[in-house]
Amino acid sequence: MDPQAAGAVSVAAPNRPTREPVGAPVFELRDATVRYGSFTAVKGVGMDIPRNEITALIGPSGCGKSTLLRSLNRMNDLIAGASVDGKIMYNGEDIYAPDVDPVEVRRRIGMVFQKPNPFPKSIFDNVAFGPRLNGYKGDMGDLVEESLRKAFLWDEVKDKLKESGFSLSGGQQQRLCIARAIAVDPDVILMDEPCSALDPIATLKIEDLMREMKDEYTIVIVTHNMQQAARVSDMTAFLTVDIDDEVGERTGALVEFDTTATIFAGAHDKRTEDYISGRFG
Amino acid sequence: MTQTLDRRGTGPLTSLTPEQLTASGHPRLTVRGRGAARRTLADRTLKVLLMIVMVLAAIPLVLIVAQVAQRGLGVISWEFLTEREAPPAREGGGYAAGFVGTGIMVLWATAMALPVGLAAAVYLVDYGRGLFATVIRFFTDVMTGIPSVFVGLAVYALLIVGSGGQISFGAFPGAVALAIVMLPIVVRSSEEVLKTVSDELRRGAFALGARKWQTTMKVVLPAAGPGLATGAMLAVARATGETAPLILTAFGNINIITDLFNVAIGAVPLQIYNGARQPFAPGIERAWGGALALLVIVLVLTVLARWIGNRALKAHRV
Repeated sequence: MDPQAAGAVSVAAPNRPTREPVGAPVFELRDATVRYGSFTAVKGVGMDIPRNEITALIGPSGCGKSTLLRSLNRMNDLIAGASVDGKIMYNGEDIYAPDVDPVEVRRRIGMVFQKPNPFPKSIFDNVAFGPRLNGYKGDMGDLVEESLRKAFLWDEVKDKLKESGFSLSGGQQQRLCIARAIAVDPDVILMDEPCSALDPIATLKIEDLMREMKDEYTIVIVTHNMQQAARVSDMTAFLTVDIDDEVGERTGALVEFDTTATIFAGAHDKRTEDYISGRFG
Repeated sequence: MTQTLDRRGTGPLTSLTPEQLTASGHPRLTVRGRGAARRTLADRTLKVLLMIVMVLAAIPLVLIVAQVAQRGLGVISWEFLTEREAPPAREGGGYAAGFVGTGIMVLWATAMALPVGLAAAVYLVDYGRGLFATVIRFFTDVMTGIPSVFVGLAVYALLIVGSGGQISFGAFPGAVALAIVMLPIVVRSSEEVLKTVSDELRRGAFALGARKWQTTMKVVLPAAGPGLATGAMLAVARATGETAPLILTAFGNINIITDLFNVAIGAVPLQIYNGARQPFAPGIERAWGGALALLVIVLVLTVLARWIGNRALKAHRV
């Protein structure tokens, strides 16, 4: 199915899908297991992440949701000893196949981090960084403006593009990081607790932005904030941590993956329900 | 109730004397309890003691600067800065040969030590793993401790003797010797600075599809730029003042030399050394002037280094 069509459907029913996701998924995870050395962080995850939707990964600390997120664009490669078993397919292609270039993966699948991390460069250069790497030939000024507009930041920074990215507030810095990710025109944007360092107003702005963005991008977000997952996401995956007392190991595992409405209103698994209702975690 | 108010040796509130209570009956916020007077005294004594030690440590520096300024100031003149030196027993002339020679050799030494040192530091921080990195780090430390006269001797043996006369005394062996003195300073200071570049920045670049070398060149080095400049400046300041590595390499010359190869060349520290050890008043006078000039150059470089560092800190790290 045409991805644009799938996007159109979700616009008609903003962030409260009452239907099963349609179209080819962006990611297909099959028995995905991520290890750091001999430690298994998350085990046996199988899920299809739909296109042009917002998918939230929730769960208690240590359930491996951030690890799982990082494995989607091979950011785990940067951690010594990290390895992935099982299959993680992106648009039908195994991103851990030996001939895959991780840099190419990350160009399609961008990432926004927990703490805003603008480069110590001007606002303009922050946004232009990615396109310059890729040898962008068009008008850089236009691209920077467009990216900043999409990140709802243009009006606040248009008169001070030459100033340092650090001159912005935390929420603005995070939107700058989103603009920076958008500028390379990715397919997917991964967000690792993007609002946990922000105040409530800045958080709402980012959430508005995410809803706008899903017309064009697939978003996968890790969040500790269940209300946030309920507010913004279309699909929710609940992960938990299994504690093996004999070996003393804590391993993350996927419990349930469904539409956000189902997870929050009628979870099938008792553990999900307990977590959602605040009885655990 | 009084038991709950018993805190940190003050005893129950009821045991406080009226002087230890405020007008409203609350315990005063002064140092109280067993040995209160002793603790206050110890605190003050230590503070005074540290101040005295600091002043003691500064005395030699102040004495040197004062003495050099007092003896040297009268010598500094346009002639001193632009003319070649007269023989030690005669008045007149200046350290122009030294300034030119030091300038040329420090410039070349920097051109050699900076790229190599920076590359080594980048390697150690972002690429180096295991034994090889440990070995490099170890030898860098050893190099820091080598007496600089050995550096001069080694360059003399390797370049001048080793080339069988192809290379003789001059700016090139001098610059090589200075570069060797600068190298460990550049490596170590750059390494420390590069370590402070947060991994979040590196991850940010990787997430945008930057390759490792692109991350190094376009994010890590620019972010570390001011700190690297500070380290480089301190290395330059150190090289500017070095005498021993030049004795057997640059050799010294009272004529103004601009050649890079095979002509013995002057340097300010060499000229000071030569002037000060001769029993002639005019030469000794000029050595004081040279010392003052050198002191000012090193001071300016150091202050400049700090200034660059602080300015960039204000611009980007707030």
